[in-house]
Amino acid sequence: MPGKLKVRIVAGRHLPVMDRASDLTDAFVEVKFGNTTFKTDVYPKSLNPQWNSEWFKFEVDDEDLQDEPLQITVLDHDTYSANDAIGKVYIDIDPLLSSEAATVISGWFPIYDTIHGIRGEINVLVKVDLFNDLNRFRQSSCGVKFFCTTSIPRCYRAVIVHGFVEELVVNEDPEYQWIDRIRTPRASNEARQRLISLMSGELQRKIGLKVLEMGGNAVVGYLQCFDLEGESGLVVRAIGTACTLDKLSNPSAALLPACNSPSKDMKEAPFSEDPNPNTHSSGPSTPLKNQTYSFSPSKSYSRQSSSSDTDLSLTPKTAFFPLGPRIFLCPSSPTLSSDSPPHTNTIQLPLGSGTAHSYTPPQSGHANPVSLRKTVSFSEELLLAASGMGSGGSVGKEGGPLKTLLRQQTQSALEHREFPFFTLTCFPMGFLVHVGGVVSARSVKLLDRIHNPDEPETRDAWWEEIRQEIKSHAKALGCHAVVGYSETTSICEEVCILSASGTAAVLNPKFLQDGCLDSCSEHRLSRQPTFFSTGSEKGEFDIFLQSKDSSSMLGLEEPSPPSCGFCHIPYDELNMPFPAHLTYCFNCRRQKVPDVLFTTMDLPLEAAVTGKGCLIQARLCRLKKKAQGEANATAISNLLPFMEYELHTQLMNKLKLRGMNALFGLRIQISVGENMLVGLASATGVYLTALPTPGGIQIAGKTPSDISYEQHISNMQKKINETIAKNKELYEIIPPESIDEMIGSPIPEPRQRSRLFRSHSESSDEVSELDLSHGKKDAFVLEIDDADAVEDIHSLLTDAPLPTGFYSCNTEIMPGIYNWTSGVQMFTSVRVFRLNNTNLTNQGLNKIFNDLCENLLKSLYFKLRSMIPCCLCHVNFAVAVPEDELIQVAVTAVAMTFDKDQAQENLKLYVDKTLMKVITENEEQLQFPLELCSDSQSGNPFSPIKGTGLQENAGMHIVPSAQRATSVDYSSFADRCSTWIELIKLKAQTIRRGSIKTTSSLEKASPVSEGHSRLRSTTSNTGCTVAVVKMTPLSFIPGAKIIKYLGIINMFFIRETTSLREEGGVSGFLHAFIAEVFAMVRAHVAALGGNAVVSYIMKECVFMENPNKNQAQCLINVSGDAVIFVRECDLEALPVQPQTSAAQTSSSGGEVPA
Amino acid sequence: MAYSAPDSADKALRMAMELDVFVGNTTIMDEEVYQLWLDGYTVTDAVSMRVRSGILEQWGACQAVLESDTTDHYRTFQMAERLLHCPSKLANQLLFQIPPQRQAMLIERYYAFDPAFVRELLGKKLSKGTKKDLDDVSTKTGVTLKSCRRQFDNFKRVFKVVEEMKGPLVENIKQHFLLSDRLARDYGAIVFFANIRFETGKKKLQYLNFEDFAFCAGQLIQNWTVGAVDSMVEDMDVDLDKEFLQDLKELKILITDKDMLDQHKSLVCTALRGKIQVFAEMEANFKNLSRALVNIAAKLMHTKDVRDFFIDLVEKFIEPCRSDRWVLCDVKAFLTQYMNSARALDAFKQQAIWERYMTVIRSCILKMYHE
Repeated sequence: MPGKLKVRIVAGRHLPVMDRASDLTDAFVEVKFGNTTFKTDVYPKSLNPQWNSEWFKFEVDDEDLQDEPLQITVLDHDTYSANDAIGKVYIDIDPLLSSEAATVISGWFPIYDTIHGIRGEINVLVKVDLFNDLNRFRQSSCGVKFFCTTSIPRCYRAVIVHGFVEELVVNEDPEYQWIDRIRTPRASNEARQRLISLMSGELQRKIGLKVLEMGGNAVVGYLQCFDLEGESGLVVRAIGTACTLDKLSNPSAALLPACNSPSKDMKEAPFSEDPNPNTHSSGPSTPLKNQTYSFSPSKSYSRQSSSSDTDLSLTPKTAFFPLGPRIFLCPSSPTLSSDSPPHTNTIQLPLGSGTAHSYTPPQSGHANPVSLRKTVSFSEELLLAASGMGSGGSVGKEGGPLKTLLRQQTQSALEHREFPFFTLTCFPMGFLVHVGGVVSARSVKLLDRIHNPDEPETRDAWWEEIRQEIKSHAKALGCHAVVGYSETTSICEEVCILSASGTAAVLNPKFLQDGCLDSCSEHRLSRQPTFFSTGSEKGEFDIFLQSKDSSSMLGLEEPSPPSCGFCHIPYDELNMPFPAHLTYCFNCRRQKVPDVLFTTMDLPLEAAVTGKGCLIQARLCRLKKKAQGEANATAISNLLPFMEYELHTQLMNKLKLRGMNALFGLRIQISVGENMLVGLASATGVYLTALPTPGGIQIAGKTPSDISYEQHISNMQKKINETIAKNKELYEIIPPESIDEMIGSPIPEPRQRSRLFRSHSESSDEVSELDLSHGKKDAFVLEIDDADAVEDIHSLLTDAPLPTGFYSCNTEIMPGIYNWTSGVQMFTSVRVFRLNNTNLTNQGLNKIFNDLCENLLKSLYFKLRSMIPCCLCHVNFAVAVPEDELIQVAVTAVAMTFDKDQAQENLKLYVDKTLMKVITENEEQLQFPLELCSDSQSGNPFSPIKGTGLQENAGMHIVPSAQRATSVDYSSFADRCSTWIELIKLKAQTIRRGSIKTTSSLEKASPVSEGHSRLRSTTSNTGCTVAVVKMTPLSFIPGAKIIKYLGIINMFFIRETTSLREEGGVSGFLHAFIAEVFAMVRAHVAALGGNAVVSYIMKECVFMENPNKNQAQCLINVSGDAVIFVRECDLEALPVQPQTSAAQTSSSGGEVPA
Repeated sequence: MAYSAPDSADKALRMAMELDVFVGNTTIMDEEVYQLWLDGYTVTDAVSMRVRSGILEQWGACQAVLESDTTDHYRTFQMAERLLHCPSKLANQLLFQIPPQRQAMLIERYYAFDPAFVRELLGKKLSKGTKKDLDDVSTKTGVTLKSCRRQFDNFKRVFKVVEEMKGPLVENIKQHFLLSDRLARDYGAIVFFANIRFETGKKKLQYLNFEDFAFCAGQLIQNWTVGAVDSMVEDMDVDLDKEFLQDLKELKILITDKDMLDQHKSLVCTALRGKIQVFAEMEANFKNLSRALVNIAAKLMHTKDVRDFFIDLVEKFIEPCRSDRWVLCDVKAFLTQYMNSARALDAFKQQAIWERYMTVIRSCILKMYHE
């Protein structure tokens, strides 16, 4: 019985009128957790009831605490008939289970009904007293922190990055159960919401267990998705990156007297003395080892080792039909070279027996598969440093050749088991060595009913297969890791497209092996905080990193400067996995770089960039015949490679048109509908200084041709050239041409002309004779040989230009904009387009889709015009084909204002300020809480201290006087599960126990409050106005500092209506629903004590309508990290301890230019 | 060339747009569109009005964008409307995140009204019947019917809420509807007029605008209601002080007692001699004017005559003066002197009532006296 959940129902307000006669409501509340239900008294005849209930106490397993949501139902009492439900509130209590997150949930929650939407609000208080579970075979994983943020969260330091974690759970979808026929839509929706909530909890718990087994304490870049497979069931799956995080603030803690230091020592204990608990288990003889690594299913191990030299032998054991064209996007635009296939498509058609039969699609008739395989085998060696960073990262101090050997064994063993994938998109300095390019894999599957929910083997196997594919693609690129990794699905009826993509990369082995944890932490302290803090600071590093001494500061014998190192090719130049066009790096002139670089991650902040970036999209529709089952799947998988190719071509064209040479944040989405496939690729184009200047675009007409045709061609050519010139000006791209001229282009191999074929039937010989060079550079040739191509060029040119004062990107930050001001507006926009014309052509469809997206963007610019100058960041498009003739596009992004005028002059100032901030932030972090508690120091009794003594900032909450009486001090049980794992492994329980006692008593004497208690008190002072909660898809808030992460927000809502017209039609319905979802997210964050959600994402927005029946239904799934932030100006007002700043300035002095 | 005219493409796209929503974490509300919505224009009208404002050229947008934006705003306003009905809810609702100053703008604009419309409605019973006749009002004033209905509903809503409330009327309105001081005062006047049902629609009163009446209402509320004499009395501000109205008939002595009337006249004439242009007319008419003013006072005990208060002022006092071409400052000088001179009448014991009556009469007449 390791946990006690306590709930108090305080009051309600704005309740709906339930009794028409009196225009009032007799409301009472049911509080349910697991199978236990409590009820409040009926508060008669009021729309603003004051229940002020007692504390309802649930004594539950921590496993249940993780899985189950707290369910609060508000009802209207009816003497004669059944009580009417007003609505429900589901509260995820997970944030209360982690010592470093929230300590209490208290606030107004919207009462939500799936039919009526929000119906009033209820004030609830929730607490958890957690006892410790010594059982290490337990099923719970309380205390593991989850972050949606795809970088190391602000105010944490990554001690170890363990690597990839994944899990999926399946269940029957209540909507498709037989009982659904006899129950009300409301009951069905609620059953679904509850089930998904349960499954998410279970999933999170299971992932948490894996993390604990790996020795980590957190999951970063946690992405959880639902696959609504209809008849075949409901899949909830998640991926993330396991890390051991350490709260940033210890260095200054030492400098502060009294109360904080004991807790600081406490925290230091497990990490700095022996930074990696795993090391103890890394020796093969340690019995714990087996347990530690056993999370990986053995089947994957054997399968992988047998298939390490070929990616074609992965045959699923099941009877499903894996029809998978797996597409391999090469970074250096392989599609462009005249004598190579655009990409390698390997399509598997296992014919029952399990023997794989592969062939390459028509357009790639060359020997690429062979070369691919060759690369794979050779790259095995490169893999050495791959995935073992977790275990190997921190053992340097122990030294000893024997241990090193053991460690390496462990490591290499590990890397056969694990997928060396990272869901992170941003990395600490020096972590990323080289980037190979985008790797992606897709697979078409036929869904079948999941027979046994406890054995989600088939789904596991599918993903396993795709991940293997990705891994081998990365290997082929000479990379041992995949970063910016993500997985998606698109489902239509019984067909499902599984997609995964990421960026092949080489991570710094030194970083991981040679005890450079110290240097790592040093970097983090000196640089990382800046990086994660605010946008206004992010850019500055470009400036002084370009002054070449930055690498010395790194303290690594890294030959490549960080500003360009990641661009250098990881693969062997003489043995390239695909034909690419290499030049010497334009930045350092020492290593080779490709001519174009595509990646799925964010732009590394140290990267040298010329000018500004921009959002680039490729859009494509392809008609498909309606079909069933296998035939349908085959048709889809046949279309996929062509779509990918087209999207890739479009991206490349648009990139060239903007005079840029690299794409970041590339996300290719292919959605399947009954009669079409829709593809949308979004990325942020930039000009990387290290890469060569892209050539222009040359249009080649068909030969022979008449004069008017040539005229037409030359007109178009002129237009294109003008556009390129205009774009270069717009994005301030002034490439260092002169340098280029002086040194010449030191390209060793014969220059290849890049050409793009519209049609593969075209013979290539005659065209290659043409002189296509565009000045000195290689030109990019667009051949116009059919109407399709003309259309394409048009769409290329008709991409609406950005209105003045606007920029857009789909990455976290916009390269070239450094001085963000505080204006932040997150928004979601959804459009559904009905195709009325039934006999549409591909071209017509493309145009419609293209216009749809363009107009949507135009509308956004218009809507947000008052924010100019501003930048749309993290523009995230999601396309779907909900029905036969509908295309749905949903966009979530954030508009952020910046200061245009100060862009240039203030750069230096910002650099200085940034450094100061880095220096001071640690003490601020501590002083802030100290300052806060001064007024509440009068020895208040505290609420049960769930926050442990291990993290000095955590866990203390000042109890409002009303609750004092009921609060019990459990501080002797203060330490939490997360720490117990360490305890057991370290076998140092007694020592720790002792220190815990000291700490807790000390903590009692010195109330360490935290930001949110202040926030709360200020809001209560100002009266009943609702606290403002910011929402952003980014991991930071400009001009502010995140001081605490309160836990993950992961919410799933269903809304249904049977009075669509009355609710304002589909638009009115969805508008209200999205607004309600925002409101519920904000309310939950506010109740956790937070004032913002970062890394917010709308993962799912499934909209279905039946206008004839006046009905509609929508499902929305959102997630993000609840945080507390404080404005920087507030922080700056706080005094800075002089001695600290002096000490740290000297340590980081090397960075300061001039 | 496969270049279709952008506008036709626009239209085609617009027709087929099944669903189009934009939701911001901070609710975006364009003041201009809000005004168009409040003014009761349809989306189509609003779009064409925005087009005429030149916004398209300014932002390089096309009509489809404008239409989408307008529709979206209209939807937002419709959703927010029920909150505006109870403005205090706007501050603690969770659905829309709106900065406080923006909330204040929304409320203020929502409760703002057209002077022409309110002039029509002033003193009318805020009943269903009146609401039915709003289309006439709409035609007459040029205010759209939709806007008329909103304004009517606002009046009625405010009326219903404060009708039974204790304490100062304007303060109540301000507190409950979070309106600005000025707007709360105007609503005070509207509620007051609607409650007492003053006749304002007669032809003779047409020359008076809302502001004139609002001023008069303010005067009446300040001086003639129960709350006016004793702020400690927690009573309603919407009704006139019955006791006071009863007492007013005692003023009759000023005209019934011949000596007093003559004395009063001579006092006024002495003081005004050479000071006003229309001295002769004044002297000739003094008794009539005085009788008129005192008779109005004496009649006020009957509810029906209270309703005719303004028409009486115009017919009995303002019109005679106007026909004699009195200028405003002469009227002012006369009324001031007329009021003050009564103090010197030893036999006149109703000084307090006289003051209370005449202060209001004087300022109302001065406000209503358009030359």
